Amino acid sequence: MANKEQQQDQVLQEVTQGEYKYGWTTNIEQEFAPKGLNEDIVRFISAKKNEPEWMLEWRLKAFRNWQKMKEPRWPNVQYPPIDYQAISYYAAPKKKKQLDSLDEVDPELLETFNKLGISLEEQKRLTGVAVDAVVDSVSVKTTFKDKLAEMGIVFCSMSEAIQEHPELVKKWIGSVVPTSDNFFAALNSAVFSDGSFCYIPKGVRCPMELSTYFRINAAGTGQFERTLIVAEEGSYVSYLEGCTAPMRDENQLHAAVVEIVALDNAEVKYSTVQNWYPGDKEGKGGVYNFVTKRGICKGDNSKISWTQVETGSAVTWKYPSVILKGNNAIGEFYSVAVTNNYQQADTGTKMIHLGNNTRSRIISKGISAGRSQNSYRGLVQIGKGAKNARNFSQCDSLLIGDKCGAHTFPYLEVKNSGAQIEHEATTSKIGEDQMFYCMQRGMDEEEATALIINGFSKEVLKNLPMEFAVEAQKLLAISLEGSVG
Amino acid sequence: MKSFTKLQTLNTEHRTLNIEHGTQNIKRESTMSLLEIKNLHAQIEDKEILKGLNITMNPGEIHAIMGPNGSGKSTLASVIAGNEDFEVTDGEVTLAGKDLLDMDPEERAGEGVFLAFQYPVEIPGVSTANFLKASVNSVRKYRGQEPLDGVQMMKLMNEKMKLVEMNKAFLSRSINEGFSGGEKKRNEIFQMAMLEPKVAILDETDSGLDIDALKIVANGVNQLRNEDNAFLVITHYQRLLDYIVPDFVHVLVDGKIVKSGGKELALELEEKGYDWLIGDTATV
Repeated sequence: MANKEQQQDQVLQEVTQGEYKYGWTTNIEQEFAPKGLNEDIVRFISAKKNEPEWMLEWRLKAFRNWQKMKEPRWPNVQYPPIDYQAISYYAAPKKKKQLDSLDEVDPELLETFNKLGISLEEQKRLTGVAVDAVVDSVSVKTTFKDKLAEMGIVFCSMSEAIQEHPELVKKWIGSVVPTSDNFFAALNSAVFSDGSFCYIPKGVRCPMELSTYFRINAAGTGQFERTLIVAEEGSYVSYLEGCTAPMRDENQLHAAVVEIVALDNAEVKYSTVQNWYPGDKEGKGGVYNFVTKRGICKGDNSKISWTQVETGSAVTWKYPSVILKGNNAIGEFYSVAVTNNYQQADTGTKMIHLGNNTRSRIISKGISAGRSQNSYRGLVQIGKGAKNARNFSQCDSLLIGDKCGAHTFPYLEVKNSGAQIEHEATTSKIGEDQMFYCMQRGMDEEEATALIINGFSKEVLKNLPMEFAVEAQKLLAISLEGSVG
Repeated sequence: MKSFTKLQTLNTEHRTLNIEHGTQNIKRESTMSLLEIKNLHAQIEDKEILKGLNITMNPGEIHAIMGPNGSGKSTLASVIAGNEDFEVTDGEVTLAGKDLLDMDPEERAGEGVFLAFQYPVEIPGVSTANFLKASVNSVRKYRGQEPLDGVQMMKLMNEKMKLVEMNKAFLSRSINEGFSGGEKKRNEIFQMAMLEPKVAILDETDSGLDIDALKIVANGVNQLRNEDNAFLVITHYQRLLDYIVPDFVHVLVDGKIVKSGGKELALELEEKGYDWLIGDTATV
């Protein structure tokens, strides 16, 4: 063992020291970068992925920006300081231990899968049980890919896109979330491991939800994901990221970036369900999810719609936003954020109106239980030149128990007097009378809670793709199990 | 599951016994009655509301409870249904011999207790159809029956809605949200029809109803009435009892039944009010 480690260290040293002289052209066998972050590590990652020079320069620029930045402290969340030099920034995708049957999987996990109604085949995929070649995810992937390729749609991993479609990546990456945007976005830009790339050519309507495919394959998503979606003129795509299945990960810090570009008359629907490990009931452990998601309605009559269901993570910091640059552009944000036990969520959106007749709609539903804290933070900005801009915001909070908190931080910056802005906010508790009414009709406490919160979240859930909405409903119930009474 | 089979067997026995004994003796010592309330004491926040209440209901019977405001009528309904706001300090309530007080509200519902609420509760975003689906299948699960699928459920709803002349459009509306008073009460009877309870308690179902709605509600109840179930009708007004004709009328004053009689008692109350009975209790 010791020998092997020494050997690895040696190879690693050689490799990291050799970079300036020889550049990086061939595959390297090491699977892990040493802990810590410096320019060498950035070079290591880029080399490991066999990236072109411009990509490396882009990453280095981001790293240099990051070094000058400070971690934001304004969100309404608390967590111990993160030691960025104690993290390993590169690990090759680990092969999951192959299991022979579901009998070997943690029964608690299987129970959750069953409650979610996830099919047996998919349970096997998610837990790494060997599956038939016919339904193997690789072949599924290939089938979809061929079909999409015929229409000119590119849908692949970010690493692949950098190799296969460098001109597209180079043109659009960082165009919505610049490397200097914020601390976590800069960090992600410097060290992102992989992610997804999606390009819909002019006039093409993507014929399928890019969801089922992704859900099958998303089990091994990385710590620093980077996603880029570009919708050319008149195109349409509905994209779904995430997984209702509980995602355990030993990496505590997750800092993803998602960028969306919609050109003239294009529409992008982005739905996500986040269920990272929230920590135990005492608040120990759990993932910190610090995400920058932003779309730009670059063209006239374009539309970007975010729908999110957030149930996981110990700490969530996330504001999917839309820059409404084109005239008549539409931005939408639909969100359900559930916090239980000691979870903390500070989430919301930014709608930046720049074009004329731009419209935005914000529907945020926060559900807090246990000792959790749930904050909505939203900015609606109407630029000076944005004539006839309209916004409607609705922020509803539901409290379960009396030890949790719900907070709303709406910000408004209006520089054009022709704007019409409406904001509605409510805070309510699950009423004992509602619970008793349901129970008198035969439902137990958990069924009753599930019914009430699904009703509360309906406006958001109805925006999710059908099959996912059903799972999301169950997920909400599971996340709140044991929180009532 | 098992318990339900047992319940049904017991009910068959009641029916037989009922025929033998008739329905006259309301205070007889019987373990075969459907709902038996003995010496019931209940309080809310240390204030005693029910002070030793007795009622025996046999299958096939309709009992009316009348009484002045604050006498404990709605408390009685809540206590039978298992509302935890009220604490039972003494006495017993059994359904077909089973101790109800030991059960959670949803277990009581499973056993066949139904409460038509005086103030039906709004649940935003939950359609009437979804609410009923969850409700009916929960009760079926308790009774060891297979859940109904979407098609079966829809068929059953369409059939039962006719009883109270409700429009299908109600099914997709959030339950009770924006319903008029009459619509809410009809919806309660519709739910009752869906769940086919053993004992149904109607808590001032007539309040706030115009005469047409009252007839519709009463007609629904009369159609649901059979030899196996029983109704406890709580009301302020004799008017309802013209349409739902009770076998027995009980007068509740200050937490106790002070007088029981046949349907003619309701007419007497309508005429004389409650004062003459309140006087009685004061001297007791």
